This record gives sequence, C-alpha cells and structure tokens, in this order.
Amino acid sequence: MLELANVAVHFPAPPHGIVRAVDGVNLAVGEGEVVGLVGESGCGKSTLARSIVRLTPVTRGEIRFEGTDLASLSRNALRAVRPNIQMVFQDPYASLNPRMTILDTLAEPLRFHGRVGRADTASHVGALMERVGLAPKWMRKYPHEFSGGQRQRIAIARALALKPKLIIADEPVSALDVSVQAQILNLISDLCREEQLTMLLISHDLGVVKHLSDRIAVMYLGKIVELGEAEQVYNAPVHPYTRALIEAIPRPDPSRRRDRAALLLRGDPPSPLNPPSGCAFHPRCPFAEERCKSAAPSLEAMANGRIVACVRKGEV
Amino acid sequence: MTDAIRTLEAGTSLWGDAWRRLRKNHLATFALFTLLLILCVVVAGPLVSPYSYETQDRSLGAQPPSGKNWFGTDTLGRDVLTRILYGGRISLLVGFCATAVSLTIGVLYGAVSGFAGGRVDAAMMRIVDILYTLPFTIVVIILTVYLGKSIILLFLAIGAIEWLTMARIVRGQVVSLRNKEFVEAAYVMGLSRRRIILRHLIPNALGPIIVYTTLTIPQVMLLEALVSFLGLGVQPPMSSWGVLIQDGAKVMEEFPWLLIFPSVFLSLTLFSLNFLGDGLRDALDPRISKD
Repeated sequence: MLELANVAVHFPAPPHGIVRAVDGVNLAVGEGEVVGLVGESGCGKSTLARSIVRLTPVTRGEIRFEGTDLASLSRNALRAVRPNIQMVFQDPYASLNPRMTILDTLAEPLRFHGRVGRADTASHVGALMERVGLAPKWMRKYPHEFSGGQRQRIAIARALALKPKLIIADEPVSALDVSVQAQILNLISDLCREEQLTMLLISHDLGVVKHLSDRIAVMYLGKIVELGEAEQVYNAPVHPYTRALIEAIPRPDPSRRRDRAALLLRGDPPSPLNPPSGCAFHPRCPFAEERCKSAAPSLEAMANGRIVACVRKGEV
Repeated sequence: MTDAIRTLEAGTSLWGDAWRRLRKNHLATFALFTLLLILCVVVAGPLVSPYSYETQDRSLGAQPPSGKNWFGTDTLGRDVLTRILYGGRISLLVGFCATAVSLTIGVLYGAVSGFAGGRVDAAMMRIVDILYTLPFTIVVIILTVYLGKSIILLFLAIGAIEWLTMARIVRGQVVSLRNKEFVEAAYVMGLSRRRIILRHLIPNALGPIIVYTTLTIPQVMLLEALVSFLGLGVQPPMSSWGVLIQDGAKVMEEFPWLLIFPSVFLSLTLFSLNFLGDGLRDALDPRISKD
C-alpha cells in the first residue's frame, strides 16, 4: 500500500551545511499491516511521517501510495489523494482548532468532501465519537473542555472520519499521562483489530509499539538500522542500538532486570549535521570495532525477513 | 441521536455561540444597546426636529441651551442638537463604512500574505511598507482631484489608508498560527487553502482583529474631521461630529456648549464601541468565557 523508496529529507542549515534528517529510507507498509517506527528524539522519524503526508517536502526518493508517487504529485492531484492518508498528531492540545466545537471539527472533513449530507452530519459525528469511546452528547463542547486523553480520542476520530486507507500516528501517546497512554493504546489496538486499519505507528518507546505492530522498524540518525517481525525484534534484537532501546524500557520487576549497564546508551545521539564516519552508531556502541569507524554498514537480509545494518550482526 | 440532530439544527457556529455568550456580558450588552440607541436617534431625530441643520438666524447668534433649543444654538443661530444629529449620520457612516473597508482589505490581505509565506509574503509586505510612507493628506488630495469630492470617496480614501496596520497585525497572527498542528491537520484532511484561511486561521486571529477594529473606528472619525478641515470631506453647511468639535473648540471659552454636546455624543459612542469590542473578543474565544 505504502512504499518508501530511498526517501531523503534534507534541510539546509547555513552556515554549517545540511541536516540530513532522513537519509535514504526504504520501507513498505502492506494492506492491513501495522508497522511501528521507533527511534530516539531527533532520529528523523517524525520528519519521515510528515514527508509522507507532504507537510515536509522530500529531497529525493519516492513515496508510493497504491503505486502513485506522492512526492511528485501536483497540489490539486495531492488533495484528491489526501483523504486516503490521515494523520494523528502528537500533541492533542495543539492539533484541535480551539474555536471549533467537536461537532464542527469532526464534521468538517465529512462535509467538505461531500461524504455526508447536512441532515446526517450529527448522527455520523455521534457514531464516530462512540467508536472512540466518547459520549455523543459532548459534541457541542470545545476542545479546552476535554482532558488530554479525550482530546486524543477526538483527534483519532477525526483521522478515522474519512475512512482512510492508511493512518500515520506520530507519537500518539507521548504527550499523555502514563495511565491515559494505556487507554489510548488499547483504543488504537481495538480499532486496528476491528477495522483492519493500515497504520504507520511512530514512537520513541519500543514498549508502546511492540503490542500494536506487526513489524517494527528501528531508525537511527535518519536511517533504518533494523527491521523485522515485531516479536522477533523485541525478543531477539540483533542491532546493538535496538538492544539498547529495549534495555531502556523500564521493567516493573527488578528481579528480571538483565545486566543492563553494558548496554545502556551513553551520551546523546550525534548531530545529523555532522554524522560520524562509518556506522553512525559506533561512538555509542559497546561492540564497536575499528572497521565500524570506516565503512558504513548496509542493510542486509537475515532469516525470517529480518534486515539489519551492522557489520557485527550475528557475532555479538 | 435525536437530541444531537436538534443541537445541529439550533446552529453551532462560532458566531452563534459568541452571541449567546455576549448576551451574558452585561457591560457589552449595555454598550450594544447604547450604540443602537444613538443610531436610532441620529437616524430618526432629524425627521422630527423642528429645525433645519442649515437655516441660519443671525439675529439669534449663539444662545445657551434653553427649552426652545435644548443644546443651544451656534454662532450663526443654528440649532446645535439638530446639527449634532445630522453630523452623527455622517460620522457614524464614515466610521463604520471606512472601518469595514479597511477591515475587509486588511484581514484578507494580511491573512493571504502570512499564509503564502516566502517571497509572496515578502513582496506583499513591502507593498504595505511603501504605502505606509505615503502621507495621508496628499493621497486624499490626489484622490479628490481625480475623482471629485464625495462622501463615498472619503470612505474609500480613509479605508484604503487604515487597512495597512490591520494587514500587519493579521499577517503576524497568521504566521504564528500557520504551523500549528490543527492547521497541518486541515492540510492533511485535504481542505482547500481558502477554507483553511477562512475557517482555521482568521477565526483564531479574531481577538487582535476586534480590538484593533474598535480602535480604528474613532481614528477614522477623527480623520474625517481632519479631511473636512482641509475642505475635502464634508462640505458646509453639512457637518459631522469631528467638524462640530473642531469648530466648538475654537470658541470653547465663550460658548462651551458648542464643544461639550458634540463631544458627549462622540465619547459615548467610542466608550460603547470599546466595551462592545472587549465583550466580543471574549465572547469569540471559547477558552476565556466562563460558560
């Protein structure tokens, strides 16, 4: 359904040069599949999401949706495709127009694209609200009258309104309280199961992504470093970075804590303005060798459709 | 579901809700009532007044207020109340029409400029800068020379000058709103640019727009007096509040009523506009109003 072919998004950053926020990403999302995309802040995952819906222009590469390259479509042609790809934004406090009631917010895409008539609008909006667990009687309220979790439900309802073929969820729970995060994740999980949604789910938290995704892609400094079935990536990570991410998930049971000291990430991710030579992860990698500093590893296939970019894969 | 349909039929628009909230604001409601009253008096008053605004009675001269002439007479023996009522028609007409012209041009221009961004924005704002440097009186004189003297021209001339600041204010607001996520969400939904500007950007910039509008109306009324003083606006014996105040100020020591009464009308109007503007600003922001 969605195919990213060698997508790069570069931003000019004078006088230092160019920020390679996304640098040659290949990724496919099949129909009915949920693909999780994880990585630290600043690794380019949000930029990638924004470039799929063309909020950020791509520098090079193709974004094929059902065969057509979105990156090269004209503005009008793009608008015809837009209803098929909807996005859930990170911050539910900023993603809803404060001057529109929930009814107006949810009715707007439906009415604009002529999906429902005036008489049916309220009942449609009511049904949408029920699907995301909100009482339809609240439809005349404004966003500020709702909690963060409820707002994110509204944002999800808005993304579902046009019955899109693909949903991009950019950190849908990271702005919410932990207790509310679980509710929203359950909602997304239920919706995915009931409606066979196709989704690209973006998060910095592997724990969030694991339960919902069929496959997981791990991104580091603008590149995908590991891609595979969700269970496998989580339970048997190959790339040292993926292992570090998994170690970073807080464990409620201290007796099950592994020897994490060796694997915890040290320092900040390097600047995408001036990426390290060779493997971009080598300055922080506990297993780095001399050869990691010179040659950048390419993505290589392993068993079960796993793809990993690490010269020492299988060794450590 | 039926009650939901009923609420939809009852109308759920920003303006509908704002009107409901405005009515709960007593000061703003009172100001609106005062404005309507002044409007009615100014429109209907001259029809029932026994005096004309132009008939002079030099034998009378300037008389203080009396039972016959409630607000007294001016130095040419004309009834001040009648002149204030006629002048009010002009002042209110100029005030509202010129402001409407400047509001429309300024808001649309500013919103388009801020929304377009980049070179279009830069070019549009440089045009505003250039127009800023043109002295107002010269523009009016040039327009008058080419188009002749008329009230309509006055609206256009004043409106065409006053929109510049409004355009800058709206542009600034739109630039800060443009990258908000709800606007990006509107893009992703495939809405048209026109709809994004009209439904998402301008409504969220309404606060400063309304406040500046209520400041523009008195500015415009006083500008009209200046233009009329230059002999280009309202022609004697017709008058306006601005002109009456200017004339009254010259003789305030001998005949204070010539200054006081027109000033009271103007001040009352401006006070009401300010209170109404504040009320509207709050009513249009769902977050501020306690509702």
